[in-house]
Amino acid sequence: MPQISQFAESWYAASQIFWVLLTFGFVFFVIGRGMLPKIEATVDARDRKVADDLAAAKAAHAAADSLEESYRQQSDASRAAAQKAVTDAKDKAAKDAEKRLAKVDAELADKLAAAESDIGAARTSAMAEIEAVAAEAAGDLVAKLSGVKVAAADAKAAVKAVLHG
Amino acid sequence: MADQGKVDPMHQFEVQKMFDMFHVGNHEVAFTTSALWMVIAGLLLWVFMIGGMKRQLVPGRWQVAVEGFTGFISGMMNANIGPEGRKYTPYVFSLFMFILMLNVLGLMPFGLFGLHPFTVTSHFAITGVLAILSFAIVLIVGFWRHGFHFFSLFVPHGTPIWLMWLIPVIELVSFLVRPFSLALRLFVAMTAGHVLMKVFASFIIDGIAAGPAIGIGVGLPSMALMIGISGLELLVAGIQAYVFALLTSLYLNDAINLH
Repeated sequence: MPQISQFAESWYAASQIFWVLLTFGFVFFVIGRGMLPKIEATVDARDRKVADDLAAAKAAHAAADSLEESYRQQSDASRAAAQKAVTDAKDKAAKDAEKRLAKVDAELADKLAAAESDIGAARTSAMAEIEAVAAEAAGDLVAKLSGVKVAAADAKAAVKAVLHG
Repeated sequence: MADQGKVDPMHQFEVQKMFDMFHVGNHEVAFTTSALWMVIAGLLLWVFMIGGMKRQLVPGRWQVAVEGFTGFISGMMNANIGPEGRKYTPYVFSLFMFILMLNVLGLMPFGLFGLHPFTVTSHFAITGVLAILSFAIVLIVGFWRHGFHFFSLFVPHGTPIWLMWLIPVIELVSFLVRPFSLALRLFVAMTAGHVLMKVFASFIIDGIAAGPAIGIGVGLPSMALMIGISGLELLVAGIQAYVFALLTSLYLNDAINLH
């Protein structure tokens, strides 16, 4: 086995150890210490960028969701407000109409009452005039027929008794 | 005549000296085939990683491949150690990629182009250095963070008082065995796999050389098996690199979080 028997040769061990230390030293310092950290930094930067971009996308998604939610709420609210305005207007119109109707009713009733009282007054005055005229006519009639002058008051009382029964 | 045509399954593990460099004491440091493959692995790894350095927000194919590897290791560190594990990701990542590259390069069919492929991680001297490195880091981190409290690692939670003489000893032994198991596992897996492939390859060659009947009877099944084993060895190359990195991360977790 040369791996063991060659130890007998004076150059074997020294050359092997020298060269493995030299080449591995090169690999360690130039590649391991020099290049590896830069490559790892690149990978880390990429991972961080991907994570950041994902987080940003997630945040944008959430923002869009909340925006949509607030839009929906706003539109719901404005729809409700519009409906309320419509019902308010309807209520108000109905109330106004009622009020106006009541006013007109009251006016009509007043006019009716005034007219009725006017008619009543006219009737009593007419009645009184008829009494007076009838008493005069009755006085004249009696004077013409019998030549007796009847006192106005008597004639009035007699007419009143006839008219009112 | 006996040597001719005979495939030596161990020959592939021999390290050849390419040229001398300098001396340390009476030890000679040379540039070897093993060193060459380690340099190639390091450079290939560097080129591969450059493709991941474009740092684009939307990555291309190459960048995705590199980020797949880095994400795999940093995910493992995160799962096994937690956020504090990030500090040690460069070490474990380097370990994983270096071992993986060496394992896979050793399996590539460079022999077709006349090159001499060699699996660096099939040498105990190499895996041992890496294992001792990992173990040393675990010790340093453990004592640096927890001081002598680090020894509480040897007394697991809920140990009954009457077992106090036994459990810490077992834990200590299992702790001290770690660098050896780490190094031996990789070295043995690579060596065994390559020996197996060499043996089956020699079956094919010897079967064909022995005539058409044996060539079909032995060579063909060996070839079929060889294809399967090659795939399996590719899997083992990845798994062993992963196991080395995973165990290092688990040992680091012990040192950082003390169970």
